[in-house]
Amino acid sequence: MSRVASYSAAVVAMVVAAPAQAALPADPLGSPMWQRLGKSLFGDAPVRFDPRVRVIFPDIAENQRQFPVAIDARGIVGVKRILLFADLNPIPLAVDYTLGAAQPYFSTRIKLDQRTPVRGAVQLADGSWLVSGGWIDAAGGGCSLPPISRVKGDWAQHLGEVRGVARRVAGATRVRLAFRHPMDTGLIGNIPTYNLEEVVLTGAEGRRFGDLRIEASVAEDPEFALIVDALPGEEIAMAGRDTNGIDYAARLMPTTVAAPR
Amino acid sequence: MIDRRAVLAILAAGVAAPLHAVPLRYTIDPQPVAPDLWVVRGVDAPIDHANGGAIANISILRTAAGTVLVDCGPSLRYGQQLKAAAEALTGMPVIRVYLTHLHPDHIYGAAAFDRSIVAATPALARSLETLGPSFSDGMYRLLGDWMRGTEFAAPGKVLGEDHETFGDRRLDLYPLAGHSEADLAIVDATTGMLIAGDLVFHDRAPSTPHADIARWLASLDRLGTIGHRAVIPGHGPIDPTPGAAIDQTRDWLSWLRDTLDRAVAEGLDAVEAGNLAIPDRFAALQAARYELQRSVAHFFSRIEEQALPRVDLRR
Ligand SMILES: [Zn+2]
Repeated sequence: MSRVASYSAAVVAMVVAAPAQAALPADPLGSPMWQRLGKSLFGDAPVRFDPRVRVIFPDIAENQRQFPVAIDARGIVGVKRILLFADLNPIPLAVDYTLGAAQPYFSTRIKLDQRTPVRGAVQLADGSWLVSGGWIDAAGGGCSLPPISRVKGDWAQHLGEVRGVARRVAGATRVRLAFRHPMDTGLIGNIPTYNLEEVVLTGAEGRRFGDLRIEASVAEDPEFALIVDALPGEEIAMAGRDTNGIDYAARLMPTTVAAPR
Repeated sequence: MIDRRAVLAILAAGVAAPLHAVPLRYTIDPQPVAPDLWVVRGVDAPIDHANGGAIANISILRTAAGTVLVDCGPSLRYGQQLKAAAEALTGMPVIRVYLTHLHPDHIYGAAAFDRSIVAATPALARSLETLGPSFSDGMYRLLGDWMRGTEFAAPGKVLGEDHETFGDRRLDLYPLAGHSEADLAIVDATTGMLIAGDLVFHDRAPSTPHADIARWLASLDRLGTIGHRAVIPGHGPIDPTPGAAIDQTRDWLSWLRDTLDRAVAEGLDAVEAGNLAIPDRFAALQAARYELQRSVAHFFSRIEEQALPRVDLRR
């Protein structure tokens, strides 16, 4: 099945399964997918476009297989969940982040399949969603796109490796995590879907900082940045799992030591 | 009926133009910079449809033996126009086309010349065997009809020597590296002009898709010792001094390296790194934010892989 066909089938299945719902607002980005995608992601909940959801990304996609996107909703009180999605990707949703003791900031790198809106949506305590985003042209990097063969093929030797840092800045703790993982989408050749699917961050006595549900549209060797409300001296534990049932575990002790110059 | 505006709109959209459309033409306007030496200035901007990819500086030398070109532009169409313009200017046929490095804005015009006169260092020739054709898809996607008929052709002449002489004009060849795996800088001994290729940018932020910053800085140090009088950079205006553009390129690269290292150490992500403040001293550099964000895409993950510690429990 082509990727377009499989994608359409998935969307149709989602739409058919959805109950009757309130009308979504008109899309300021004019995306052909907005109505169908919005219904599948937000269901009956009220949705508004709100520029305080800052969706930040570079002007060009220098590498369309690793396009960095940040969602910064720290100007909004009471955010409990953040979605990152790209309407015209074969797998639109990239990450569904449920916040615990954390600030509404999130970043990762996603794959881009074509020119597409890239969006962030944040859910408030009353269940409503605030959405923002912009278009990105996946062909932007043009001549410097690395050839396909450049993609790392040595993930099997490095599976389970996690690099990271947690740094206390102005009372909050910035957590940066980088995994080795192929993040296969199931859309290329005969390679089945294989992706990191969950990452949970906890503090002392299991206190939840956040829970990431991750799709294969996140880039190979996935990276995440979050800002958590760790207490002074509180260690951060990461527990993750991929779609083959492999577990990932890491620990980070936040530091305030000045960076080497 | 399709009016002119509609045709232009189609061209601007990068869609294949109808057969009766006005053919695209580059503006080839050689500026004299020294006796019997001209530069066709590239637009100091990213490659896009509006400039047809003509963003690199191209040098034209008149010698008693014929015309010598250093780099040849982004497309067959550019190469053909360049050949005609250079031969009209000098009254001599083109007998040598040097390729300074692998980037398509400098070398895809080689398609317009006899392979036997197109020359590269051994290291560049090797690197072009695999990477030479790899930019074609991206260039066609960005430039559409500007690229029509352009096919990468490997250079027919591999340069073993450290200089070539045409008539009484000696050109000293400096095979270096850092902007790419194989960069060629050329000094015209008669005028003392350093034709630096993309080892030197001037008032235009350096681009880094194949760069090794440490090697690049070492090459700039080497260029600082050769005693040239002025510099033709790969991009940006001619530097009438020996050192200003070299120093500016070194300054940007050092700042870039230190800034990205620090961003990783401070736990910033790639989006934040690409939006870091650019110091005022770089205000004259065109495309600075654009190139910073590209450089983040080129380097950030690699720096993280080296600088961030393992935190998994298997370590
Ligand atoms: Zn270059």
